[in-house]
Amino acid sequence: MKNAFWALFKSMAASLRDLAPIIIVVVFFQLAVFGQPLPNLAELLMGLLFVVLGLTFFIYGLEMGLFPIGESMAHAFARKGSVLWLIIFAFSLGFGTTIAEPALIAVAAEAASVAANGGVIEATLNAKQSYANGLRYTVALSVGFAIVLGVIRILKGWSIQYMIIGGYCLVVLMTVFAPKEIVGIAYDSGGVTTSTITVPLVTALGVGLASSIRGRNPMIDGFGLIAFASLLPMIFVMAYGMVI
Amino acid sequence: MLLNLIETLLSTLKDVLPIALILFGFQIFVIRRPIANLKNVVIGFVYVIIGLTFFLVGLEKALFPIGRLMADQLTSPDFIFGDSAAVPDVVNWMDYYWVYIFAFAIGFSTTIAEPSLMAVAIKANDVSGGAIGVWGLRIAVALGVAIGISLGTYRIVSGLSMHYFIITGYIFVVIQTFYAPKMIVPLAYDSGGVTTSTVTVPLVAALGLGLAESVPGRNPLLDGFGLIAFASLFPVMSVMAYAQLSEYMNKREKKSAK
Repeated sequence: MKNAFWALFKSMAASLRDLAPIIIVVVFFQLAVFGQPLPNLAELLMGLLFVVLGLTFFIYGLEMGLFPIGESMAHAFARKGSVLWLIIFAFSLGFGTTIAEPALIAVAAEAASVAANGGVIEATLNAKQSYANGLRYTVALSVGFAIVLGVIRILKGWSIQYMIIGGYCLVVLMTVFAPKEIVGIAYDSGGVTTSTITVPLVTALGVGLASSIRGRNPMIDGFGLIAFASLLPMIFVMAYGMVI
Repeated sequence: MLLNLIETLLSTLKDVLPIALILFGFQIFVIRRPIANLKNVVIGFVYVIIGLTFFLVGLEKALFPIGRLMADQLTSPDFIFGDSAAVPDVVNWMDYYWVYIFAFAIGFSTTIAEPSLMAVAIKANDVSGGAIGVWGLRIAVALGVAIGISLGTYRIVSGLSMHYFIITGYIFVVIQTFYAPKMIVPLAYDSGGVTTSTVTVPLVAALGLGLAESVPGRNPLLDGFGLIAFASLFPVMSVMAYAQLSEYMNKREKKSAK
């Protein structure tokens, strides 16, 4: 029991250390640059305690739950040898985790008002809603395809460089032709799709797959799924902007 | 406070539910095998949900209000040009030096606290057998985000077109890919996507929109976006640079040992 408490204390200290840079930056700018006191000090400290607690629990849960299940499922699929099911699983994981992502919903709504102001769509609530929904499905589909593509790459052992560089070339090419309003949103949508729960799961899936297939190196073949998940949305969103 | 906690708990549950359904659905109907250590996995999930809930409520209470306040203060003309001075039509980019410094500092510090980056760093450390240090990777990524965001704020102030920055960045990445150690390349590409989630995005978005609103001649709708793209591009370069640097140091050490 005493050991468990000690371990908890130690990981809380580690979380506090992770947050220290933010605290230093905020305090320095508020006091030294603006020369103003910190507002609501009590609430601030309370919030900080919550952040430390939350981070500690999250890291614990990561190593107990998310990593093991991601890897054990990857091993099970590899043993089962059914590529079709693995691909269906990869697609649902990508699509399912993205469609409900709050950051994506916010960005899609923002994008709809940009498009309405730019005269791309009508400025009615209905038109905006359907545009935003279309965008959300586009991004979710693209993440689904991205995870599938990444999984196929691991199975085949293709090298990632040429695929990513090819993707970059496509992004650059499409930037030239896509409507100006959509470009910024498209570039940003690559970043917002990968949430705090998806990243550990997808990483564990990739590493698990690469380590259970003979001839694959988990370091070279296991990583890279997230790279696809942030590249493909850019391409899909620009395509969406060009079609609408 | 309690209400906040419950609300956030519910929305976190809503986020996790589809993921849990997919995982357990495939486990039961396709793999058809009991989950090893089911009890631990379930407890782990509960921890993740509790952890995220506390984390988000804490951020909402402590960090975001003050972060937004500071972004507002930093970009307000009163702060940049002094109380009485008139705002010039064409701004000198040097006037905004505090913005760049703040962007660098906040980009670095929020990335160090980003939970998904911790997850990837732990995994990379495991898989590489300790060759890639947890801290080495985190600091490399954080430096990349810091440089990316401060360049992004400079772009908003100067009004230069984003494409040139991004395309130049891509060219750099392509060149670096051929010279960097093979082992690091996939991880470096991944690190672009993991940097921008719970902590960084809200603060950075506030900074970008505030800046685009206050700099004369900028349009928040066109110029406010794009900071996140900068924050996901530069870590790719900095992680490869980190690997190149440690390879170079190793070689030199070996040489001097001979």
